[in-house]
Amino acid sequence: MKDNIILRIIAKLLIPLIILFALYVQFHGDYSPGGGFQAGVIFSAAFILYTLVFGVDTAEEVVPERALRVIASLGVLVYAGTGLAALIMGGEFLNYSKLATDAVTGQHIGIILVELGVGMTVSSVMLLIFFTFANRGRPEGNDYD
Amino acid sequence: MIDLIIDMVLLVFLIAMAIAILRICGMLAMAMLFGLYSLLMAGLFMVMDAPDVAFTEAAVGSGVSTVLMLVTLSLTKSRYEKTTSKFQWRPLIIVVSTGAALIYGIHDIALFGDPQAAVHQHVANHYIAHGQAETGVPNLVTAVLASYRGFDTLGEVVVIFTAGIGVMLLLGRTRRHVRKSDEDVA
Repeated sequence: MKDNIILRIIAKLLIPLIILFALYVQFHGDYSPGGGFQAGVIFSAAFILYTLVFGVDTAEEVVPERALRVIASLGVLVYAGTGLAALIMGGEFLNYSKLATDAVTGQHIGIILVELGVGMTVSSVMLLIFFTFANRGRPEGNDYD
Repeated sequence: MIDLIIDMVLLVFLIAMAIAILRICGMLAMAMLFGLYSLLMAGLFMVMDAPDVAFTEAAVGSGVSTVLMLVTLSLTKSRYEKTTSKFQWRPLIIVVSTGAALIYGIHDIALFGDPQAAVHQHVANHYIAHGQAETGVPNLVTAVLASYRGFDTLGEVVVIFTAGIGVMLLLGRTRRHVRKSDEDVA
């Protein structure tokens, strides 16, 4: 689909907007609808659109699978790490109130960190699953470019 | 009033979509119709004041999963559903009895939005009354998911992570290896 100029231009216009919206959903999730999971899937949808238009090989240069694996694992670590940090600071596991001197501030910090972890894992796992599917059977000459 | 009309339009389209999915034989069209079905569901969730769920349904249901379905279809050789002209009784019996059981079960479900429902009497009142003061987060859904039910959400994230690992283990292959042998052939 690389040669289709309309698709290419529309995708180029849309992808930044989708990513921006994903970031908004991620970091404004405490005030408006949304959160890590929603942001993660919207974020991955932007890159899936990119892959559909520009091909798997180009997309894998932009977001290498190896990096995605690291980000997916890091997301879980950030989440569990926030819980452990609360444990070390004297609370229970995932009791964010202990993360700062003020309980409410601690809760806020904890929620933002945890949502970040969710977003990282969800977006990269979605992309990994998509890339794994898209790479199946490519050696047989099935090209999606 | 306007909500009712939107609800009815969406539900009629849902039924039409379900019948269309049943009738159609082309796999590609079916995948697209499933995507549309999810989009309508996202609209319904939006009308029910659940934008979080609507986001997820629109992005996963009609976006990512449709694309995964299309990729899978492009890997398989068959493009049309196998149909038999013989009438099949057993599936019909299973579907009708399951449907009847579900409709029977509806009688026990609390009315939509009923504040007296049992599910709204347990901890929900505490979340609504003290949620913002305790977490400092105005979006109650986020407060419940990330803070009050942090354990559940951690579990969900681990489930997604595990699903990713599973797909990579089952379907993934070391591409560098394959490519090298390709070059040898060339």
